[in-house]
Amino acid sequence: MALTGIEIFKLLPGGQRPPHPKANCKECGIPTCMAFAMKLAAKQVELAACPYVSEESKTKLAESSAPPIRLITLKGPGSSIKAGNEVCLFRHEKTFYNKPGLFVRVKASQANIAAEVAKADAYKVNYVGMDFTVDGFAVEADTLSGTSDPTKFADAVKAVRSATKRPLILVAKDAKVLEAGAAALPGETPLLYGADSANWEAMGDLAKKLNAPLAVCADNLDTLADLTDKLKGKGLEDFVIDPSSTKLGASIAKYTQIRRLALKNFRALGFPVISFACNAADEGIAAAQAIAKYAGFVVLDKFVPELLYGLLVLRENIYTDPQKPIQVTPGIYEINNPKPESPVLITTNFSITYFAVANEVEGSGLPAWLLVCDAEGMSVLTAWAAGKFDSERIAKAIKGFNVASKVSRKRVVLPGHVAVLSGELEAELPDWEIRVGPREAVDLPGYMKTALNN
Amino acid sequence: MPVEIPKDKWTGKVREVSFGATAADGGTRSKSIVVGGDTTLPYMQFEAPTPHTPVIAVEIKSRRPEDWSTLLEETWGDAMNDPASWAKAAEAAGADALVLWLTLADTPEDAVKATKAVLAASALPLMVFGPGQVEKDNELLVAVSEAAKGEKLVLGICEDKNYRTIVATAMANGHLVSARTPMDVNLAKQLNILITDMGLPANRIIMDPTTGALGYGIEYGYSVMERLRLASLQGDGMTQFPMMVTVGFEAWKAKESKVGTGVPEAWGDWKARAIHWETLTTTALLESGASIVVLRHPESMKRIRAAINELMAA
Repeated sequence: MALTGIEIFKLLPGGQRPPHPKANCKECGIPTCMAFAMKLAAKQVELAACPYVSEESKTKLAESSAPPIRLITLKGPGSSIKAGNEVCLFRHEKTFYNKPGLFVRVKASQANIAAEVAKADAYKVNYVGMDFTVDGFAVEADTLSGTSDPTKFADAVKAVRSATKRPLILVAKDAKVLEAGAAALPGETPLLYGADSANWEAMGDLAKKLNAPLAVCADNLDTLADLTDKLKGKGLEDFVIDPSSTKLGASIAKYTQIRRLALKNFRALGFPVISFACNAADEGIAAAQAIAKYAGFVVLDKFVPELLYGLLVLRENIYTDPQKPIQVTPGIYEINNPKPESPVLITTNFSITYFAVANEVEGSGLPAWLLVCDAEGMSVLTAWAAGKFDSERIAKAIKGFNVASKVSRKRVVLPGHVAVLSGELEAELPDWEIRVGPREAVDLPGYMKTALNN
Repeated sequence: MPVEIPKDKWTGKVREVSFGATAADGGTRSKSIVVGGDTTLPYMQFEAPTPHTPVIAVEIKSRRPEDWSTLLEETWGDAMNDPASWAKAAEAAGADALVLWLTLADTPEDAVKATKAVLAASALPLMVFGPGQVEKDNELLVAVSEAAKGEKLVLGICEDKNYRTIVATAMANGHLVSARTPMDVNLAKQLNILITDMGLPANRIIMDPTTGALGYGIEYGYSVMERLRLASLQGDGMTQFPMMVTVGFEAWKAKESKVGTGVPEAWGDWKARAIHWETLTTTALLESGASIVVLRHPESMKRIRAAINELMAA
């Protein structure tokens, strides 16, 4: 259970008796240890900010502040992926932290495993300046319920491993099969999938032996809680939960119930959830639900770039910190080596807006100056509605970044969405020519070629 | 281990709103559509049933659009040439309702003609939207509103700059309004207050909190809708309106959907990507509280219909 501010205070230098020599040292940036303790209780500061807290206190505080959803890390030889440590139900309450890993399923029986995996492994896509990839692969045994051949499974795991260094999820219901697969991954932390009411003892023993996280599966929360509880008895701590719903109505209910219970410190379900979107009727829609509604890992049927790209973007959007919209630094940006006679295009410093505009202009090959105004990280329309992108701010940016010194023709292009500002801007900048561009970035190249070409 | 499922207890309820008048109500529609009435967060059916199935509306234009993706032109074909044939095609594709979106090129006479043609071609409940320029919207929508008196249309775009005109004509002719604000909880609430202060009954308002598409600000729309639903359940009367979003409009202006050439290879197959763009955006927004989604592509409609059926079946 979380400690109160007073309980935390007693563990800090200022709360010790006799007082620690560094009591109330202010090095954490806060005037007193008591004030720091209060902020710590409210999760507004990190304990690491206190340089003098004792190791013993650190341990006690760590236990009490154990996250409601346990952090699970899967490791491959080249990369790792984390899930868990979430603290809220709605992203606007704080933010979502660890983006769910997107895994591509490989069936042990399928042909050309290494080649297929290599294709997905090499996948890289850029979105607003960030590169996204697949997070790992889930290797699934031929028959989940019956016996499959451990050697075949191990061969499939080796084939996958030969083509990627990303973390793996091993999927089989027979502990012997899983063990054979895991033997091909020395020194790694794969996710073992999975334990159910029938096989949990053997699976638990294997997870213990391999020191790897174990997925537990059941279609109801009672059994899931029961399984993690029994497996904890074997000394295991790291679990991932599969509520095994392939229908959207049941899955949104269960994902939400698990998150709510976890946040109420119900420890038996305080683990990341895995979604096998690959088993749903529409895996794209099921994966979209899982991303927005709390999954820690999402397994997709195949490598399909056009779907993967959409899901990676959705994940980035949902996991963007609402308090810190992704922004670029305001200023004057040069695109395609602009000359003094090149046009000045105006936009805001919201990353998505900036990249949409910059990419279009760059792609067109036409030189331009891109003036990025400080609109507090909002898009053109939102910023305009909020009064953060008006003629005054635009004029200030034009003067502040000394745009006049760079150009021979004083001409600026306003985004079409704020055409209404052109009159006011003319008043603010009497010696500038104010033009109104298209509403959408995608139409900029056409506009620059025709309307601006005179 | 028996787990006690945590259930939220809310005091508030989203208002039930119906549009489209049947003969019994003095109109010519084949059915009325009811949305709203929710007493829980979206699809938390272990707390209370979701009272009404979300509505798939299809966007059609008064004249053939010139800036639509060729993927949409391919699928709708010549039906796009006039709003009546487009309306029929949309109904055949499985739409629950239609959104006739007027253009800047329309005169009031054109707008009335298009509206009447659509009303004659399809008996589905209808929404009529102006092109989004305040003076033009007023001019076109007032004419449409009078010409379709008693049909219980939904008139849009009703925003802070023109709500007086749109609300007045909706009141006089028995229609509803779609109150649009740019992705902000307080602005949405404020517009609802202004509209109800004019005397339009609250059960004739639908909120359009607007959204960005996937990759273009969907997270703002998503969170604003979550917050509006939370506020309505907590009892804030001026947020207790069902929400609609024009997902097709947003998703199909994204470069990912609109164009197939000159884009990174990593974006994959164009058509499949475009449909994903529309359906993934829609899925996220349905689950954050949308009661009406306005789509553009028939394949998206099919997939979203299947998703809605699964969500409702819980």
